[in-house]
Amino acid sequence: MFGLEKRDTFLLGVVIVLTLFAPFILNPFPANSAMAQFNAGYPDLMQRFVIFGIFAIGFNILFGLTGYLSFGHAAFLGVGSYSAVWMFKLLSYNVVPALVLAVIMAGLFSALIGFISLRRSGIYFSILTLAFAQMSFNLAYSVLTPITNGETGLQIYTSDPQYLQSASAPAFPNLFGAAMNSSTTLFFGGWTFTFSVGYYFCAAFLILAFYLAIRIFRSPFGMMLRAVKSNQQRMNYTGLNTRPYTLAAFVISGMYAGLAGGLLAAMDPLAGAERMQWTASGEVVLMTILGGAGTLIGPVLGAGFIKYFENIFAKINDNVLHGWFAFMPDGIEDAMVAIIHPFVGKGWHLTLGLLFMLVVIFLPGGLVEGGQRLGRVFRRKDHNAGSVESDAAQQRSEAAE
Amino acid sequence: MSFTKLTRRGLIQTGAVAGAGLALPTYLRAENHTGFTNAPTGSTVTLGFNVPQTGPYAEEGLDELRAQELAVEHLNGEGDGGMMNTFSSKALKGNGILGKKVEYVTGDTQTKSDAARASAKAMIEKDGAVMINGGSSSGVAVAVQGLCQEAGVIFMAGLTHSNDTTGKDKKANGFRHFFNGYMSAAALAPVLKNAYGEDRRAYHLTADYTWGWTQQESIAAATEAMGWETVNNVLTPLASTDFSSYIAPVLNSGADVLVLNHYGGNMVNSLTNAVQFGLLDKEVNGKKFEIVVPLYSELMAAGAGSNVQGVIGSMNWNWQLQDEGSKAFVKSFGEKYGRPPSNSAHTCYVQTLLYADAVERAGTFNPCGVVEALEDFEFDGLGNGPVLYRGDDHQCFKDVLVMKGKENPTNEYDTLEIVEVTPRAQVEYAPDHPMFAGGELGKCNPGA
Repeated sequence: MFGLEKRDTFLLGVVIVLTLFAPFILNPFPANSAMAQFNAGYPDLMQRFVIFGIFAIGFNILFGLTGYLSFGHAAFLGVGSYSAVWMFKLLSYNVVPALVLAVIMAGLFSALIGFISLRRSGIYFSILTLAFAQMSFNLAYSVLTPITNGETGLQIYTSDPQYLQSASAPAFPNLFGAAMNSSTTLFFGGWTFTFSVGYYFCAAFLILAFYLAIRIFRSPFGMMLRAVKSNQQRMNYTGLNTRPYTLAAFVISGMYAGLAGGLLAAMDPLAGAERMQWTASGEVVLMTILGGAGTLIGPVLGAGFIKYFENIFAKINDNVLHGWFAFMPDGIEDAMVAIIHPFVGKGWHLTLGLLFMLVVIFLPGGLVEGGQRLGRVFRRKDHNAGSVESDAAQQRSEAAE
Repeated sequence: MSFTKLTRRGLIQTGAVAGAGLALPTYLRAENHTGFTNAPTGSTVTLGFNVPQTGPYAEEGLDELRAQELAVEHLNGEGDGGMMNTFSSKALKGNGILGKKVEYVTGDTQTKSDAARASAKAMIEKDGAVMINGGSSSGVAVAVQGLCQEAGVIFMAGLTHSNDTTGKDKKANGFRHFFNGYMSAAALAPVLKNAYGEDRRAYHLTADYTWGWTQQESIAAATEAMGWETVNNVLTPLASTDFSSYIAPVLNSGADVLVLNHYGGNMVNSLTNAVQFGLLDKEVNGKKFEIVVPLYSELMAAGAGSNVQGVIGSMNWNWQLQDEGSKAFVKSFGEKYGRPPSNSAHTCYVQTLLYADAVERAGTFNPCGVVEALEDFEFDGLGNGPVLYRGDDHQCFKDVLVMKGKENPTNEYDTLEIVEVTPRAQVEYAPDHPMFAGGELGKCNPGA
């Protein structure tokens, strides 16, 4: 379907189902239960899941296929956000021009940075992109304050011109009248499920971005990028100029980042310089590696994983912990809280770091590899069967990589 | 990439999916109206405490969190009641707010606008917070205030000192108890005149964001009005940790006063650098070189150690004040945490009480009712003497403290001494003052 192989169609189907039913899937616990702490099905976080999913998918087109590790992708995210907010300020709250400009600006910006950085490969490329991103951050933070409003972040004021804004349109980013922050809540017994326009808008983009990524992965262009990863020198010796291909991959992934940045601004019309900081660039690298670099679904999983930790674990405070262990005797309760305390709340980075270490050491292929190993456990037949079947099984696992 | 296998069936399928995707937002537009965002339905009400727990202002944030927890205890009738006993309004009875037990959720702003908004959004969307309180940076306060206005919840700002918070960025759903750059300048100017004379040349180092800009503007205007000359103003990035390269040029500029428009870790570092360069031992233009830190805090003073000795600055509140309200607050805070509260802790505690009291008086959690109850509300007994919450810009007006680094501190908390309590009348200004112009309060937004 849609020019995809059966396997890829299935994968796309899984992504579509997951994103469309996310409000149910992410809210497995009743709202009043103690476990509601772990529910992630509220609009803001779901939007972040899919937006950073798009960001990571784009990053993976560069890193997963060509092996070029960019440490400066947050710059394109930031450029996208600033462009989108400027469109809101100048034209109207309609998201269409904002997203279009965000993608175009990020594309231009990445073409410029890519043109220079791609003259080098390996660690030098990473350092160059890191330098550019840090430059952009500092420009946005202090030099270009008239354009970026510095540390405060670019915001929309009632005094902004908004030449195309009609009086009846909502005063919030909207798609032809459907405001991104409007939502409807479904009560079902003890459960509450929130469906937000903004989330489904982003989800549509995620599905589109995922579909495009599959097409790129399976195209001759994608094959060329993989060839760059496996042995660029050999390609050069055969007389092939690889730079147009790597530059194209860089610009495509930059545009993905720009789209993600534009969507971030569309969900919440504010663009802060921190979005461009090197930590933000590092985050997308973590997402991709955690999920599984070079796999299709990996980056999306990685993005969800990290955002979940950032938003859910960071909100567990001592008060909540005491609530959990209230059934224990006082001394033991305090001891339990003291043990868990460093790993939650402001210590969520520590938990994430430990998990990242475990994944990199035991599952070098990321969460996707974990899934495959689990799958193999349940399909023992594949390993014990005769030679014909084991060949088939091997082919299947190769295809899965 | 090529779409070689474009078939009629494929086209119809693609079209159907795309159409469904586009139609979905329209289908979901139906909203349910509960009157206002997060109307508490059960026997509890949730407040959101959004403070920096990591980053340059983390110290301040953790102290704010302590005060907020204490305020919740007092509202629920636990502990000794603190300032609820001295508060001039007697609407609060220690049975929660409107009979509902107060619960709270916390979030980490990381002193970043983006992260602060994400964490405030999580508290509003997931935990059902009806009010967001706290924060320790004007950039963050402005960003979160805008969010609360859009979401339809009340924002009770924590430590934010920029003129813009209740100036060009003011919002109907946002309230600020803390003082601002203009008030600091108005309170400091006469003291500086008495201490250092009318003929001074000032050099400004300013943190490069909304708070730094507006405070520098205010101080420069107030000091120039009494005869000082502003030699130069240099903007420094908030993320800087070493200010040596900014201090060196001060020596050759002919200035005899250095004004540090810095806060938190910035101020500790820049002041330490300045003292290391021997600025305070210099004589320029026949006068002793002086340093001024317009916005002080106990935590900063503790961080800078002996370097603050003799340096003049201003504060919103200090634990050494001897009125009944301050004494009650310092007592219950000290008993619970074994240390005196900072002025950011005081502001967050007071803001939580003021919100609860406004809800009680309004008889509803509806933000519009709360706004009405807080506008032009006059109260006393919360540590700052008689205070007015002005309806025009949602700024509190109260006395301002001028502080000085103590020469011989007796213990680690005894770092600052009160030089003067500047009366409220001296720091008041018109709502349309040019430094505050440009914004619009707008209308209160109850959300949903």
